[in-house]
Amino acid sequence: MIRIASRHALRSLALALAVFGLAAAAPAAAGDGTITIGFTNSETGALNVDSSSQLNGFKLWADQVNAAGGISVGGKKQRVVFVTYDDQSKADRVQQLYSRLILQDNADFLFSPYSSGLTATAAIISEQYGKVMITTGAAENKTYQQGNKYLFQMYAPATTYLSGALEALKSVNPKAKLAVAYKDDSFSKAVAQAALARARTLGFEVVFNEAYAPTTTDFGPLINKIISAGADALVGGGHYADGATLARQVFDHKVPLTFLSLLVAPDSPQFASLGDSAINVTAPSQWAPQVTFKPDFGPTPAAFDEAYKTAYGKDPGYHAAGGYGAGLVLQHAIEQAGSLDADAVTAKLNSLDATIFFGHVKFAEDPAFHGLQTGHAMVSVQWQKKGAELTKEVVWPKGGATAPLAYPLR
Amino acid sequence: MEMIRQPFFWIMTAVIALFALLPPLTHDVGLRESLFLAAVYIILAGNLNLLIGYTGYVNFGNIVFFGLGGYLGLWLVTVFRLPLVVAALLAGLAVAAMTAALWCRILRLRGAYFALASIGIAEATKAFVSNFEPWGGATGLYLPMGAFKAMGGPREALWTVYFLMVAVMAATLYLSYAVKKSKFGLGLFAIREDEEAAGVLGVRTPYYKTLACTLSGVLPAVAGTLFFFKNGVIQPEQAFDLTLSTEAIVMLMLGGQGTVTGAALGAFLYEQFRGYLLISPTFSSFQLVIAGALLLVTVLFMPGGLMGWVYQRWPRLRRILE
Amino acid sequence: MLGVLASMLDGVLVGAVYGLGAIGLTLIWGVMDVINLTHGALIAMGMFGVYLLFSGLGLNPYLALVPVAAAGFLIGLAIYWSAVHRVIGRPPLMSLLSTFAVNMVLIGLGTSGFSTSPYNVDISLPGISLGAYTFTGNHLVAALAAVAIAGGLSLFLQRTRLGKAIRAVSSNRKAAELMGIPAARVLAQAFGIGIAIATAAGGLIATLFPFTVLSGGGYELKSFVVTVLGGLGNPAGALAGGILLGLIEGGVTPFIQVSWIPVIEFALFVGILLAFPNGLFARRGH
Repeated sequence: MIRIASRHALRSLALALAVFGLAAAAPAAAGDGTITIGFTNSETGALNVDSSSQLNGFKLWADQVNAAGGISVGGKKQRVVFVTYDDQSKADRVQQLYSRLILQDNADFLFSPYSSGLTATAAIISEQYGKVMITTGAAENKTYQQGNKYLFQMYAPATTYLSGALEALKSVNPKAKLAVAYKDDSFSKAVAQAALARARTLGFEVVFNEAYAPTTTDFGPLINKIISAGADALVGGGHYADGATLARQVFDHKVPLTFLSLLVAPDSPQFASLGDSAINVTAPSQWAPQVTFKPDFGPTPAAFDEAYKTAYGKDPGYHAAGGYGAGLVLQHAIEQAGSLDADAVTAKLNSLDATIFFGHVKFAEDPAFHGLQTGHAMVSVQWQKKGAELTKEVVWPKGGATAPLAYPLR
Repeated sequence: MEMIRQPFFWIMTAVIALFALLPPLTHDVGLRESLFLAAVYIILAGNLNLLIGYTGYVNFGNIVFFGLGGYLGLWLVTVFRLPLVVAALLAGLAVAAMTAALWCRILRLRGAYFALASIGIAEATKAFVSNFEPWGGATGLYLPMGAFKAMGGPREALWTVYFLMVAVMAATLYLSYAVKKSKFGLGLFAIREDEEAAGVLGVRTPYYKTLACTLSGVLPAVAGTLFFFKNGVIQPEQAFDLTLSTEAIVMLMLGGQGTVTGAALGAFLYEQFRGYLLISPTFSSFQLVIAGALLLVTVLFMPGGLMGWVYQRWPRLRRILE
Repeated sequence: MLGVLASMLDGVLVGAVYGLGAIGLTLIWGVMDVINLTHGALIAMGMFGVYLLFSGLGLNPYLALVPVAAAGFLIGLAIYWSAVHRVIGRPPLMSLLSTFAVNMVLIGLGTSGFSTSPYNVDISLPGISLGAYTFTGNHLVAALAAVAIAGGLSLFLQRTRLGKAIRAVSSNRKAAELMGIPAARVLAQAFGIGIAIATAAGGLIATLFPFTVLSGGGYELKSFVVTVLGGLGNPAGALAGGILLGLIEGGVTPFIQVSWIPVIEFALFVGILLAFPNGLFARRGH
């Protein structure tokens, strides 16, 4: 089993639990003494790299909570139990499995799968049966515009993803010729469309704008078109598999870029294994261990980083942080509501306006886009070569940066 | 109708009644979910039977009817705010028209070429829909939660969709049986045995083939609308899933192509088997291995499938279980 | 203009590999009138074979093609005797289904072992640059290897005893048997050769792009298109067809969105099938 986190984290957690346990006045909901949280995880398939990190975040949270006895529900502590299945990164499995989680496994609450696409599918099921679902690893806005009541998004929405990268580019090359190449799925499209709008207001010339099929492995034709367009900056991508491939092939084809910012992929620690293809590639990031938020409850960023490194032997990326944050926020709401009732917990989630290690958390209450994350902001990270090693630095916004933006790309 | 006097008609009706009554009487939503999928598979396999089992043309790309029906239906519901039943029926009619006018052209091809062309059409349709922005392109069409309000909220809507699907399943079974017992069906079997000879003997081959092909597309299209309405979202990968398309053929072969019972039984058993493997971590990938092995054994040694074996063993059942 | 040219050249390079991928399919189809639906799974096996030898034993991926192809030949023999032998001569549905069944088994085993996660053969050869455009070394070597293998097959069919026996059986099985050729054994070996080439093509593709157990399906579909373009049973035609397909892709991509290419390819495929219901080149013998 996962070993217990540092004492500092445990103490703050215990303190938080004690404070909120006392504050909760409502009686505990009847139950079997455990809280069942259901979700699917992409153990296999194209999404498995990032989904595993997210799972680690969930597990770390659950282990810490259970080590302290459980979540306090109206004065009584209930342990957290996970029920999880492999969705194989496929939407139709997500549907069947979430139905199963609700109908047969009696999940009290749900976490989302990883990725906007799978989450959109899971959200349909959770809404059909009226279960609270905290989504993480899912940034796309459209999911929250279908008229939901029980969805809550941890990540900053897709539309905000690339603004930081474009602002950073503006600071070093305001006349850059921009190419936007993105995966043809709901998340990447949402990011790209918002990025195009932002690029135009910032005064960039967009010389290339195309989506590629999600199953693309041969980016040669696309890359040749980008070269023909005379682009010197490229933003876009999708998730890990295609992003890593695109980065590698851009390098192999010696595309004369001075700036390369890809979604999701570069944030994963595994991206460093690409070696030279990864140097100076930036990514929009939901979180980095170096951030300096002062949490209202839960561990500090440094404490979370420590605990994760102790448990898993490597640095947490933002997928893991999102996973932990989802658990933390749910726990907080349950303790405040003093019950496991969906509507009571929903009310507390709706009124939440606080800062945790992950950043500022606030969910939109407007029914037109209920649950959209309105408090959290993105940072930009970059892989920089220090000696023989590649390390990930925060380069934007300048205020919170740990290193200046390395420019040009090669 | 003469059909009503046959025992098989009543056997089918009993099965349909079980589907319709068991879940509501037991209040078992899990059972409903399982039977819903079983009904979908029975619809796919049963209608495919018209073309493969009766006429002898192997349609590998049969999923295209299901997917297109789903897209049309969902589009009508989301953009034109039509009620579900109307949208489903319109989708069925539209797909039937498109099938008769365009798809059935590939019936000119024989044997393997026809099979390949059917795959080509399914893939071309999927690739096209992935690029077709009015239908959401690769991200697909989403059903707003409000769509369920017209049916009394999501829980009630799911029950309604279930009963509608059972109705389509009933239509599939009765249609397959009616065709089998009719002169039209006899003509189709003749075409399957020897198309040239059938033509020489006076069977109106091109017309019958087109009719069989069109009929095999209508009910899957209607089912497609219902299925994806329940799904809440339709995307090209899932709508035109070639794996499901070929699984329909497997179900049909395992159960016994050319028989109504075979199609239904094969589909039902396959769904049960698949549902079990869904959550078993060791075996979830083994579903394909076992299904493949079963299919191989069937093709090599028991081309008549399960029903073929049953008929050999108990010849009298041939009259009763069609 | 240079961009379009570069695109087309790149298309030719990749097309040669597609062509090699299709040769196995067209050979088997031409020789014994069986559409081998395990083709995709075996391309994937070739990919994984090279990957395992490369990452596990450090063997150069191009050298690894030899043991992989040899293994492919043996597997081909096994598939022939278990699934194909009994259904030759029976209605085409049967051979379609039996090879499809074997395909399901192979994919199922593959996903059990490797799941559907993506894999990579991490080898990067220096490329040649023409102005701003680069043709990666991997592409160039793969294309050359494809042409070499195709050429080798052609020589084999023309010059060796087995090759001639295969052509004899494919032309007229009864006559060949009367002349003392053990038809069933020859067919098995032809099947094995077809599979060996498929696995070799898979191995080459692995050096170019990332792949999963399911990637073979996509290349199988491309192989159908190439086969129909190049003419059934015609290995040289398959290579030409592959290059033609690559040329079309390369020529068209600069002008339209890349995601429309599959639509054009499959529409072309169905169109050619409809225009030439018995295949692009009339079959002799049967």
